[in-house]
Amino acid sequence: MIEIKDALKRFLDVNVLDHVSLRILDGDRIALMGPNGAGKTTLVRSILGFYHLDSGQIMVEGHDPIKKRVEVLEFIGFIPQMPPPIRLSIKELMEYVSKSSHIDPENIEEEAEAMDLAIADHLNKPFFKLSGGMKQKLLIAIALAKEAKTLIFDEPTANLDPKARERFYERLQKLPEGITTLFITHRIEEVEGLINRKIYMDLGKVVEDERI
Amino acid sequence: MKNLSLVAKLDIRESTRSKWFLVYLLIFGGLMALFFITGIADSVVMGFTGLSRLLLIYIQVTIVILPIFILVTTVRSISGDRESAVLEYMLSFPISLRDYYWGKMLGRFVIVFTPVFLALVLGVLYGAFIKGGELPWKMLLVYSALLFSLCAVFLGIAFFISTLVKSHDVAVGVSFVVWITLLAFIDIALIGLMLANRWNDDLIISIALLNPMEVFRVGAISLFDPELTVMGPVAYFLLDTFGHTLFLLYAIMYPILLGFGFAWLGYWFFKRKDLL
Repeated sequence: MIEIKDALKRFLDVNVLDHVSLRILDGDRIALMGPNGAGKTTLVRSILGFYHLDSGQIMVEGHDPIKKRVEVLEFIGFIPQMPPPIRLSIKELMEYVSKSSHIDPENIEEEAEAMDLAIADHLNKPFFKLSGGMKQKLLIAIALAKEAKTLIFDEPTANLDPKARERFYERLQKLPEGITTLFITHRIEEVEGLINRKIYMDLGKVVEDERI
Repeated sequence: MKNLSLVAKLDIRESTRSKWFLVYLLIFGGLMALFFITGIADSVVMGFTGLSRLLLIYIQVTIVILPIFILVTTVRSISGDRESAVLEYMLSFPISLRDYYWGKMLGRFVIVFTPVFLALVLGVLYGAFIKGGELPWKMLLVYSALLFSLCAVFLGIAFFISTLVKSHDVAVGVSFVVWITLLAFIDIALIGLMLANRWNDDLIISIALLNPMEVFRVGAISLFDPELTVMGPVAYFLLDTFGHTLFLLYAIMYPILLGFGFAWLGYWFFKRKDLL
């Protein structure tokens, strides 16, 4: 469970998170929506422990993401919107994630195969030299292989072709019931069958929170 | 500790493939080769012969190139990772900030120290075996320690700048200012102060000795010229105040402690400020 109580985050006198309170329960499948600058990414980054709140509190499975970042991040799998230009090779990246998150590298390979990505052919290639779609598939495979309790996706299908997108959604439908997913998305129709809750943010506030 | 060594190991592997490392390697290895080709190791100038002459020139080159290379490549890499969201992704895994920060620092230290150390060893071996003469073990050891401390201080400063300044361009700009200030401006400013305000010269020299580049320069010169005759009156102050051995100890320990101080301060900010 993720509990956000009266979270306030300011950047240059602007309330990017303006007293946000939310309770995300186990098994919630959330679409987090809102215009650019609404505070969606800031909220996710605060959950991941990247930002120090000015006031309020975030607890992930009873842990503060700043004080107990290692414990918190064991519960979360994260996929960014744009795959970053990581200079490690695929093999090195897999070593980093498997050793830091106790993931079996075979799980990553299996998840990648399910996304039509044959990792074995590219192991020594630097990650940033893969195509956009391949990078995104690998990041999805890593997040799913982590078997985390909460999966956070920031526009995860932006770089995927229609077939890969379909495969991704098929895979998500197979997730166990207790798993929580949080999609930051602008296209609700894409995740419609995968969600049971819609949260709409604007100007740093939660303006709508609807269970489906 | 396991994750710290993992971060360090991967940073080393990644850096060895990068273009900046290749340039860095070529500069120091190439310079040493250039010294051999141009016959610096054979020349006799001002009483410095063969190997001493070669190493003395290597010191001068190191003082100018090493700090700016460490500063710019380190801040470029770290603030670049922040701006390109690499840091966001890498830190979304359960790895402590302590392991990540000190692991990066350890990896980067190995990468910046190894080429200069190897170039030094190459120079000494060339001088000792090709040109003949005794292998100067003591000089090699102390000079390696001085190089170690020069790397440590500028790496500490670079990590401090990287965590404090979020923008990549500003971080590179700050690095240049730090470098040029320590390389030239402090000496000019101190001489100006001494002339204009008639400050006590002991005080001026003491302030100059807070500059890690100055400390490295004097420490390294003292290896070849223990009486510091090339430095003129400043030598009296240094040798009277410290003595040769104590000064060498200061020249090795002070930059290491200063570098660690900056690195620790950088870590403090890394932990207490927003990561992105």
